[in-house]
Amino acid sequence: MSHHIIQVNNLKYKYPDGREALNGVTFRITHGESIGIVGANGAGKSTLLMHLVGVLFPDEGEISVGDVPVTKKTLPVIRQRVGMVFQEPDDQLFMTTVYDDVAFGPRNYKLPEEEVEKRVKSSLDTVGILHLKDRPPYKLSGGEKRAAAIATVLAMNPDILVMDEPTSALDPKSRRRLIMLLQSFTHTKIIATHDMDMVFELCERTIILQDGKVITDGPTAKILSNVELMEECGLELPLGLQGCPVCGTK
Amino acid sequence: MHMADALLSPGVGGTMWAATAGVAAYSIKKVQNDIDEQKIPLMGVMGAFVFAAQMINFTIPATGSSGHLGGGMLLAILLGPYAGFLTMASILVIQALFFADGGLLALGSNIFNLGFYTCFIAYPLIYKRIIRKGYSTGRIFTGTLLASIIGLQLGAFSVVLQTLFSGKTELPFGTFVMLMQPIHLAIGVVEGLVTAAVVGFIWKARPEIIEKAAAGEALGGISIKKVLAGLAIVAVITGGIFSWFASAYPDGLEWSMLNTSGKEELEAPDGIHQTLSSIQEKIAFLPDYSFKNQEQKVSADAPETEEAWPAVNVGTSVSGLVGGVMTLLLAAITGFSIYVIKKREKASAV
Amino acid sequence: MPNLVESLYNIRILDELAEKRTIIHNIHPLMKVLTTGVYLMVTVSFGKYELSGLLPLIFYPVVLITLADIPIVPIFKRVLLVLPLIIGIGLFNPLFDKNPMIVLPWIQISGGWISFFSILIKGFLTILAALILIATTGMTRIASALRIMRIPRLFIMQLLLTYRYISVLIEEVGRVVRAYSLRSPGEKGIRFSNWGSLTGQLLIRTLERAQRVYHSMCCRGFAGEYNVGREKGMGIGDIVYFVGWSLYFVIIRYFNIPAMIGSLMMGVGK
Ligand SMILES: Nc1ncnc2c1ncn2[C@@H]1O[C@H](COP(=O)(O)OP(=O)(O)O)[C@@H](O)[C@H]1O
Ligand SMILES: [Mg+2]
Repeated sequence: MSHHIIQVNNLKYKYPDGREALNGVTFRITHGESIGIVGANGAGKSTLLMHLVGVLFPDEGEISVGDVPVTKKTLPVIRQRVGMVFQEPDDQLFMTTVYDDVAFGPRNYKLPEEEVEKRVKSSLDTVGILHLKDRPPYKLSGGEKRAAAIATVLAMNPDILVMDEPTSALDPKSRRRLIMLLQSFTHTKIIATHDMDMVFELCERTIILQDGKVITDGPTAKILSNVELMEECGLELPLGLQGCPVCGTK
Repeated sequence: MHMADALLSPGVGGTMWAATAGVAAYSIKKVQNDIDEQKIPLMGVMGAFVFAAQMINFTIPATGSSGHLGGGMLLAILLGPYAGFLTMASILVIQALFFADGGLLALGSNIFNLGFYTCFIAYPLIYKRIIRKGYSTGRIFTGTLLASIIGLQLGAFSVVLQTLFSGKTELPFGTFVMLMQPIHLAIGVVEGLVTAAVVGFIWKARPEIIEKAAAGEALGGISIKKVLAGLAIVAVITGGIFSWFASAYPDGLEWSMLNTSGKEELEAPDGIHQTLSSIQEKIAFLPDYSFKNQEQKVSADAPETEEAWPAVNVGTSVSGLVGGVMTLLLAAITGFSIYVIKKREKASAV
Repeated sequence: MPNLVESLYNIRILDELAEKRTIIHNIHPLMKVLTTGVYLMVTVSFGKYELSGLLPLIFYPVVLITLADIPIVPIFKRVLLVLPLIIGIGLFNPLFDKNPMIVLPWIQISGGWISFFSILIKGFLTILAALILIATTGMTRIASALRIMRIPRLFIMQLLLTYRYISVLIEEVGRVVRAYSLRSPGEKGIRFSNWGSLTGQLLIRTLERAQRVYHSMCCRGFAGEYNVGREKGMGIGDIVYFVGWSLYFVIIRYFNIPAMIGSLMMGVGK
């Protein structure tokens, strides 16, 4: 299916204050892939993801999703295909109940209310919080908020899931649950994170970003075990690959 | 100060609701024409900000007392008058609902008093006029301070007028004005200073925010004449409605007295009148006993005889008292029975 | 600070109450809003010297509070917090209006006191009515009532957003203020010289948040229009609720029932 292919060509972006956040990023992602985008704070991960959903537009270079270039005109199509889970769930859950939040997207696409309800329920069910549908967002725990934020995106039936630091601020149990959930998805996944262990578990491919440039792009197992490379980029090996501090073996 | 339901008459409350609805409808139209859909979440989140920031107390140097942010002028400066007014309105809606601040009937008055004068009078006529010569720390400071003070003075005066027109309090106009304006001058200075401090900070840190908000507004070019004409029209309409109400509902006292006295004649058996007037005769030595007829209008209808009035009055008073106690008792019984029935239902459901 | 916590707590209590499912909660929000409106209008329409006639209005909050399982303590706490403001203005009445009005064998009460108590009772009833409305309806359903009333959606959306982000921002403000006061022991509030930059920084962060919220709305197809689901249908019961209460209010407005009961009682007693 060609419409799952994401092509990013020589992407450059400068924030209005002159900060060059992206400096010629190029990659291609094919159907069903799981990609980890890693890099230190300020490397440009969030900026890159914003371009994939057309929140920001490049100063130079182009992006296409499927065969559709990301431009102002194609936004409705792009945003149906690419669902973005933002870093801060509170920014994504802006309605007064979980149900209305999840229904927000489908309703914007003017779906009949029966269809909206079906989608809301099935996406809440998928992330396992159907019982919380009438709750106000502030009454959810961190993990539940994250699940609700993911449900708001799933309700749009996207082909591609884009996530910005999905495990930040989660306790170990919620994090584990989230990783299992993401593992069960068959979508193309693009995950920006510092959580090397999650990348190690979820993504077969990793792109390292530094100062708005792609440093490496390749199989996760190979990249994340490269000690020099990781250190150079201000990153750490996944715990699973670090030597055991107690017994000194791997 | 927030206007309260209990101090309002339906006429004044309704009129202010209508005035506020009009201004809000116009503002919504303006904001919608703006096509800047980004403004909707901005208004929402800014409303929440003002709500929360109003609770940050700061200490006023050398006085030991503390004050807080007002909000109306800050919203006008950051969002422009139309969006600012609407945002102020939703803050007040939430305060009225969740905090019973003011009340729902008084909501129209409160939105008008706190939103209209700041966003549509003080902001365009003072802040924008001072800023028009170009932005500078000094001008932003003076503009914000003056606009805040004057906006609040107008709002306070509006509270006085609404209270007086409602006729629930006995406060004479002069006393009330002398009470309200100076207090709100002090509050206005404090609110103006903090608003100026925040706006000044934003202007230094992110000047584009302040400039952008003011640039998009056509209101800057509005003439004082137009505003005054608008106000005059509002005043005439308001006055018309007030006087209509005044004629439709005669003075509350008169109305209620006539009503009850009429019924009393019908229902009270003669015996009561006699007993009561004999009781009343016993206490007739009390000083201002012949008071009741000071309400001349009332006595115009009833013959001005000494017995008729006190009799009715004592009758009303006593039966009102007894009936009132009975009513409250009945209410308590009702509440208690519902409570018991519900409890039983719950118990049997388990 | 206590203010921040207190108000957050207050909002959450009312929210929680609104989640209950009693007969009152299930009544259509529009009918509840309209009934509240009629109640408030009738309450404040009583003349300033009418006292006994007002009393039957108490049945409305009594019935609703019991039927809707509303705990009395937090509600009355709120009432007691707001009432002093009304009392402040009302207390001028006894000062300025000293004409005796009620004459009982053992006491004379001036018109000022009567009108003061009238204001007090009205204040009590109107505050209660607003709190009962929100405690049995909740913000989300009030918004749906507003939509049926054709209030422009732009306003409703923005109202709901404000409501939604109040708890987020109060927490944020709370964190900042706490951090500040930890480093400046012994200060009651925030020093004025620091106030501008502290609040200003919070404000800039808020603006950035608004931007992010906007982006996340856009990603889900937002194009400036707030689309809503189907509104809950209205049943006969909902209409009966509104009409029933309204009739009751109008009747007690035109007939002073306590006075009637009173004179009846005394007639019987004699
Ligand atoms: N709104 C903005 N305005 C100006 N600069 C920004 C903005 N957002 C991010 N930046 C800058 O762009 C760079 C990349 O940021 P970001 O994409 O958020 O990094 P990451 O998500 O990898 O931590 C950083 O140096 C950051 O300071
Ligand atoms: Mg980031």
